[in-house]
This record gives sequence, C-alpha cells and structure tokens, in this order.
Amino acid sequence: MIEWSLFSESWPQYAAGLWLTLQLTLLSLAAGLLFAIPLAVARVSPNPLVYGPVWLYGYFFRGTPMLVQLLLVYYGLGQFEWIQAQWADGNRFWLVFRNPYGCALITFALNTCAYSTEILTGALRATPHGEIEAARACGMSRATMLRRILLPGALRRALPAYSNEVIFMLHGTAIASTITLVDLTGAARNAYSQFFAPFEAFVFAALIYLVITFALVGLFRLTERRWLAHLQPRKLQRTPG
Amino acid sequence: MLYGYLPSLLDGAWVTLQVAILSLLLALAFGLAGASSKLSTQLLLRLPATAYTTIVRGIPDLVMMLLVFYGGQMGVNLVTDALGWDYVDVNPFVAGVVTLGFIFGAYFTETFRGAFLAVPAGQLEAGRAFGMSRWQVFRRILFPQMLRHALPGLGNNWQVMQKSTALVSIIGLSDITWLADQAGRTTREPFVFYLAVCVFYLVMTAFSGLAFRWLERRYSAGVRRGTT
Repeated sequence: MIEWSLFSESWPQYAAGLWLTLQLTLLSLAAGLLFAIPLAVARVSPNPLVYGPVWLYGYFFRGTPMLVQLLLVYYGLGQFEWIQAQWADGNRFWLVFRNPYGCALITFALNTCAYSTEILTGALRATPHGEIEAARACGMSRATMLRRILLPGALRRALPAYSNEVIFMLHGTAIASTITLVDLTGAARNAYSQFFAPFEAFVFAALIYLVITFALVGLFRLTERRWLAHLQPRKLQRTPG
Repeated sequence: MLYGYLPSLLDGAWVTLQVAILSLLLALAFGLAGASSKLSTQLLLRLPATAYTTIVRGIPDLVMMLLVFYGGQMGVNLVTDALGWDYVDVNPFVAGVVTLGFIFGAYFTETFRGAFLAVPAGQLEAGRAFGMSRWQVFRRILFPQMLRHALPGLGNNWQVMQKSTALVSIIGLSDITWLADQAGRTTREPFVFYLAVCVFYLVMTAFSGLAFRWLERRYSAGVRRGTT
C-alpha cells in the first residue's frame, strides 16, 4: 500500500531541498534582522519624516501575502523596459532579480524585516522609563544609551515574539516552490508527480518540517533561559522548620 | 481600467472573500472544539487536541494544503471505489477552505484556551449557585467574557489567515491572485496586476482591523482600563 520506493529513490532530492530551505530561511532571517535594528530605531523617532517611511514599508509588507510579494518581484519587475535594458547590459545588481534564488531571498528578507522591525519597535517602546532617566543622569549621549541600554534590553524582550517569526519564516519559504525553486516543498511536489503518491510525498516533507520546527523551538527555549534568566519564575524560598 | 480585467479581478476578489470567511467560520468551530477538549479532564479528549495543535502548527500551510488537495482526492477515490459510488471530485475551493480552517483552528484553539482560563472560576460557581444549568452558565457568563479576552488574539490570527488565502491559487482555484497571474501573462504587465492584488489585500485587512476594533469595544463594555 505504501509507496516505499518514493523514500528510497527520492531522499537525495529531499535532502537537497532541505538544504535550500535552510539557506533561504537563515539568510533571509539574518539579512532581515540586520536591517530591522536601524529601522526599529528610526520607527520610534518622533520625526514623521523618519518614522513615516518605515511605517509605510511595514504597512505594505505586513498587509499583503508573501506569495503575492514574491510573484510581484519575480514575474512583475520584468515588465519594465528599463530593467530589461539593465539585464541586457549585464548589470550585476539587476540580474539578481532575474534569478529565482535571488528574488526569493530578497522578498523573504524584505518580508521578515518588516515583521522584525515591528517586534523590535514594540520591545524598544517597552523600555522602562527609569532606565532612560538613569542613563541620562549618568550623562550618556543618545548613541551610547542606544548601544548600552535600549538595544540590549529590547533585543532580549523581543526574543519570545521573534522565535515565532523564525518559525513563520521557515514555513513561509515553502512558497519558493512556486517560482521554480526546488526547496523541501518543491522536492515533495516533484516526488508526488513522479510517483503519484501524495500521502507519502507530502507527509515525508511535513515530518521534516516538524522536526526542524521542534529543534528551533527547543533552541529558542535555551536562548531564552540564557538571555531572559532575570524574567524566569523564581523558586519559592523555603523557610526552614 | 486595468485593460478591462477589473470585472475579472473583482470576481476573483469575491472568491477570495468567500474562502476567507468560510475558513474563518470553520476555524472558529475547530478552535472552540479544540479548546474545550484541551481543557477537558478526560485524557482521551486532551491528548488528541494537544497532538492537533502541536503537529498542525509545525507544518507549513502550503504543504498541508497540497496534502489535503492531492491526498484528499486519493482518499476520496479509495472510499468511493470501495463503496461502488461514482467519482467524486475534490475541488480546490473545498480543499482550500478545509485546509485553512483546519490549520487556523489549531491557532484559534490556543487563543480560546487562554481566554477560557482568564474567566474567574468564582463567577462560574456563582452562576451554578444561582441554579443556572451548565449550558446557561456557558452562554450567559463564560462565553461572552471569554470572547473579550480572545478577541485581540483572534484578530491577529485572522490577519495572518486572510493573507494565507492567497495560497489557494497554487492549487488552481481562480481567486484574485490566480486571475491576476493570468491577466498579467496575457497583457505582459504582471507588475500592475500583482500590485492590484496587494491593494485588495490592504483594503481587506484594513476593514477587518476596523471590524475587530468595533467588536473589541463592544465586548469590553463596562471594563475599566488600568491606564488612561
């Protein structure tokens, strides 16, 4: 009943797909977080010219499906003659947008950056006022305060919400298979059409995703124990006797 | 406007709306059932509900949708063959709604579970002491107050869910994304059409944000806020 040959014959494709899924997830998360930090700092600025554009960027990327964003970048940009001309000239930068891997990476990074910015903004705003007053009283400049007080605290407070974002990104990369990339989901779709065994093909991929999800959840639990140790519930002190 | 494709896109928008609303209703049903099972004292109810939320939230929605669409067709074929019935087609609309409802039911389960726990037990005991039946306590005391605690979480889940409806285009349902894709290929102006889809989603999420704010105000009537 079970099509065992699917597992024995297509596991190398699944392994290659898993590698691509991990690359897309980790690279886009890293790029997204790197840009999210300055954007979150800009987002909490009182100047509308500074926080306005960041707000607009977040509003667009958090209000539309990532699938449509991916199609917009991969299929949409090619409609402009100017970009076609850049491609014909062999412009290195714009050629990235002709490549599905580049498009997926850029779209995913832009998407996760928008969500990470929002998470970090919330964490920055949750800074206790006393900490800021104390930093000012110590004579810290705004940059020093940001580096020593605001960001270390905000990054810690953002951890629980950010761990959800990481899981969402891992699952979100599954749509890379719609622009010809063979990630883990793409490998499952190929195995399905080859063996016509949908249960085996997709359950195999689902189990792999499940294992990575659990591993990530465990990893974040350890990270939180390390970096949020001060927020852990304390053991009750027992009085002797 | 849009080279005459506007009516077609509006048809697609209507399909997307139907998928979103039907799967929301299904997810609410799954969520309430899941939360009740998770809070049950019966291990036989608690265990499957825990497995449901853990497994479903660990798998990408697209993989689940492909599994339900292609695997579901095969499962239905096996059943109809065994019973000697005619061929039954699993269409992408049903597969999409069922998958989205099933997946987001798991997220709603967690939201409802927390909200049920947030209603003080003393109020339920008081209701029973007044001689209300269990159903009356549920309908008059537990449910309305639970909803107040659940609404912010439900609103967040619903925002994510609306955007997930775009995935039904991958299994071939002619929703707004699928139709925009077709129009973009024909006119060779895909950017314009995908941008139109983005505008549709922005409008839809903005309206549901307003609706949830109204509901939250309505269900927190009589609640005093801690600040301001």
